[in-house]
Amino acid sequence: MSLAVDLVMVLLILTAAVWTILARDRRDAVIAFIVLGLLLSLVWMRLLAVDVALTEAAVGGGATGLVLLRACARLLPVEADGALPGLRLQVAVGVLCAVVGACLAAVILSPPEPAPSLAPAVAAHMEDVGLKNPVTVVLLAYRALDTLLEKVVLVLGLIGVWALAPDLFWGGRPASLRAAVPSGTLTFLARVLPPIGVLIGIYLVWNGADHPGGTFQGGTVLAAMWLLVMMADLGDPPETRALRLRRLVAVGPALFIAVGLAGFGMADGFLSYPPGYAKPIIVAVEVALALSIAVILGLMVAGPAAKEPDQ
Amino acid sequence: MMPYATTPGGWMLVLALMLPVVGMLGIFALGLRHAERIAHATLLAGLAVALAIAVEVGRSGQAVTYLIGGWRPPLGIALQADGLSAVLMVMTSVILCSVGVFARGSFSSPPDGAEVRRPFVFWTLLLGLWSALNTVWLAQDLFSLFVALELLTFSAVPLVCLDGSRDTLRAALRYLLFALAGSVFYLMGTGLIYGAYGTMDIASLHQVARADWATSVALGLMIVGLMAKAALFPLHLWLPPAHAGAPAAASAVLSALVVKAPFILILRLWFDVAPQPLPAAAGAMLAGLGAASILFCSIMALRQARLKLMIAYSTVAQVGYLFLVFPLVMGSAAEMPWDSVGWTGGVLQLVSHAFAKAAMFLAAGLIAEALGHDRIADLGGAAKGVPVTVAAFALAGLSLMGLPPAGGFISKLMLLTAAVETANWWIAATILAGGILAATYVFRVVGSALAQPRAGLVMKAVPLNRELAVLTLALIAVALGFLPLQPLDYLGIGRGGMP
Repeated sequence: MSLAVDLVMVLLILTAAVWTILARDRRDAVIAFIVLGLLLSLVWMRLLAVDVALTEAAVGGGATGLVLLRACARLLPVEADGALPGLRLQVAVGVLCAVVGACLAAVILSPPEPAPSLAPAVAAHMEDVGLKNPVTVVLLAYRALDTLLEKVVLVLGLIGVWALAPDLFWGGRPASLRAAVPSGTLTFLARVLPPIGVLIGIYLVWNGADHPGGTFQGGTVLAAMWLLVMMADLGDPPETRALRLRRLVAVGPALFIAVGLAGFGMADGFLSYPPGYAKPIIVAVEVALALSIAVILGLMVAGPAAKEPDQ
Repeated sequence: MMPYATTPGGWMLVLALMLPVVGMLGIFALGLRHAERIAHATLLAGLAVALAIAVEVGRSGQAVTYLIGGWRPPLGIALQADGLSAVLMVMTSVILCSVGVFARGSFSSPPDGAEVRRPFVFWTLLLGLWSALNTVWLAQDLFSLFVALELLTFSAVPLVCLDGSRDTLRAALRYLLFALAGSVFYLMGTGLIYGAYGTMDIASLHQVARADWATSVALGLMIVGLMAKAALFPLHLWLPPAHAGAPAAASAVLSALVVKAPFILILRLWFDVAPQPLPAAAGAMLAGLGAASILFCSIMALRQARLKLMIAYSTVAQVGYLFLVFPLVMGSAAEMPWDSVGWTGGVLQLVSHAFAKAAMFLAAGLIAEALGHDRIADLGGAAKGVPVTVAAFALAGLSLMGLPPAGGFISKLMLLTAAVETANWWIAATILAGGILAATYVFRVVGSALAQPRAGLVMKAVPLNRELAVLTLALIAVALGFLPLQPLDYLGIGRGGMP
C-alpha cells in the first residue's frame, strides 16, 4: 500500500518537474515549480522530516513562488524578448544535468550500511540544552553559528535587493503589490486570514522549541499575512528608509549576537547558554529572529524602492 | 589527531567574525549618517584583532582554536587559525583598511546627512564581505564554509552593479548565476559527504576519508563548483565584465580577495579532506586549466582597450598560477604540503597577487578619476598628473610579471623550481610565458601613462592620501619579495596536527 503511495508521489513529482522545464510560458513554469515545491514538502512529511516539510512548503512553494510570479508579471512574454537559449546550449545543459544526476543516483543508491549519522550524538546531549525538538537544538545550540550567519545572509540579501533601486528613489516605498484586478475574495481573505495566520505563526515559533516548527516556518507565515494585506491594497509597503523598519530587520541577528557575546561572561563562551536558562533564552532569540525573518521576506518580495521618498 | 580544544586567545576568532557583522548591522539600523565612522572604527578594530591573532599563532607555535558554544566537532563547530589562516586574515584586513581609506573619496555621505544609495550599499556590503572572508579562513566545517560562501556571494554580487548601468546589471546577473551554480554543486557534494561519513568536520574527515566512488563524486562536484566561483578557465566568463564594471574600490576587493576564497577551499579539500594519494591525472587537469587561464587570459588582457578590463583579465591569468600547485605537490610531499616549495609558492602567489591587484585596481580608479576615462591608448599625461599612482601601478606590475624585487618574483620562482624538480616541463614553460605576457601588458599601460599629454588636457587633482593608500599596497607587494626562497615555518604552524 505505502509502496503504491510512494510510486504515485514519484510520478507526480517527475511530472511537475518535467512540466516546469517544458512549459512554454514562464507563468506556467512558475506554477509547476510551486506545485513541485508543495509535492516535495509532502515527501519530507513521508520521510518524517516535519521541520523540513514546513520550511519547503513555506519557502520553496510559497515565498519563492511569489517572487517568481512577480518577476513574470514584469517581464516580457518569452516570444517577445527572444531570449530562448539556443539548441546547443539546451543540449549542453541537458547533458550536464544527466551526468550529475547519474553520479548522484549511483552514490545514493548504494548507501553505506549502517548509515553514519550524528543523530545519536544529537540526542545524547539534548538534556544539556533542555529542549525537546532535536532540529531546534541543532540549529540554536550545536550549530548556532551557522544559523546566526544565515540570518546575516538574509540581511545582506535584502541590501542586495534594495541596491537595485534607482538613486532618486532610494529610501522610498517599493512598488505596490496590489493585484491588477481588484478582487473581492482577496480583500475578504486579507481581512479574515491575518488574525488566524499571525496566531499560527506565533504558535509555530513558540512551539518550535519542543515540537516541529520554528523561526523560519513561523516567520514565513507572518510574512505571508503581511504580504496578503499589501496585495489586497489594505496597506502600502513601508518606506525603506524608515529606521523603525530597519531596526526590526536587525533585531533578530543583533539579539542573537548579543546573547552569544553574553555567553563569554555568563556561560562557557560565545553562543553557549547558562545552564537552566537555555530554553527561555533560545525562545527569546527565536521570537526576535522570526520577527526579523518575517519583515525581511516581506521586504524582499516587495522589492527595491520604486517611488521617491515622501517629503 | 589532536582533539579540538579552545586555546588561549581563541575568543579573538569570534571577534574576527562578529565585528564586521556588528558594524554592518549598525550601519543598517542607524542609517548612513554614521556609516563612515562605524565602518572605519570596525576596519581598525578588525585589523587589530587580525594582528593579535597572527601574533598569538606565532607566539604559541600552534593553531588558535575556539569551540563555538563549547560543543566539540563533529556535533559542534570549531574555528581555527593556523599559520596560513592568520596570514590570510592579516592580508584581508590590511587590504580592506587601504580600500577603506581610498573609498572615503568616492563613497562619503553627503553633507546634509540624507541617505544615498551608493555609500550605504558599499559600506554595509564591504563589512559583510569581510565577515564572509574571515569565516572562510577560519571555519573547519564544510557546511559552515557553505554559509560563508553564501555570505560572500550576496555581499559581492551587488557591489558589481553599484553603478546601476545596464551593462553592470547584466554582468552582476551573470556573476550571480555562476556563483549560485557553484554553490549548488558545493552543497550537493557536502550532502554526499555527510551521507557517507556522518560528519562535515574537516579534521575528522581527514582521518576517515576513503578512496571510493562516493567520495570522488562528492569532492569532484565541490571542486567544480568552486572552480566556477574562482573563475578558472573555461568558467571564467563572468569575471572580466563583473570586476571591470564595479567601482574601483569594489573591484580591488573582488579581484584581490573574493576569488581567493574558493581557491583556498579547493586547497583544503585537496590536501586536508581528500584521501591521499590523489590520482595524478586530477592534479594535472586542474593545472592544465590553470595553464589555459594563464595563456588565454594574458593574451586577452593584451588585447583590451580599457584599463579596468585589462586588469580583470589579468586576474583570471594570475589566479591560474594558483592551480599549478596541485601536480607540483604530489606523492609524499602531499602528506606535509606546507613543507614543499610548490605549496609555499602557491600561497605566496595568492598573497602577493592580492596586494598587487588591489593596488592596480585602485590605481586604475584614480587614473580614471584624474583623466576622466580609462582608455589605455590615451593615458598620456597620467604620470605627470598622478605620479604616485602610476608608480604604484608599475610596482604592482613588477609582482605580476614576476620580476625582482617583488612578491610575485619569489612566488613564481618557487613554482618554477617545483615544476623543474618534479619534471613538469610544460608547467615551467607556462610560468615563463605567462611572465613575458604579463610584462607586455603592464609595460603597454606604463608606457602609455609616461607619454606626453595631448594638448589642452585638463586633469582633476586627486587627494594625496588616496594615492598613498594605493602606494602602500604596492609597496607591500614588493616587500614580499624579500622573503627567503624556502618553505616558511610560519605557514606550517598548526598544520602538524593533521598527520
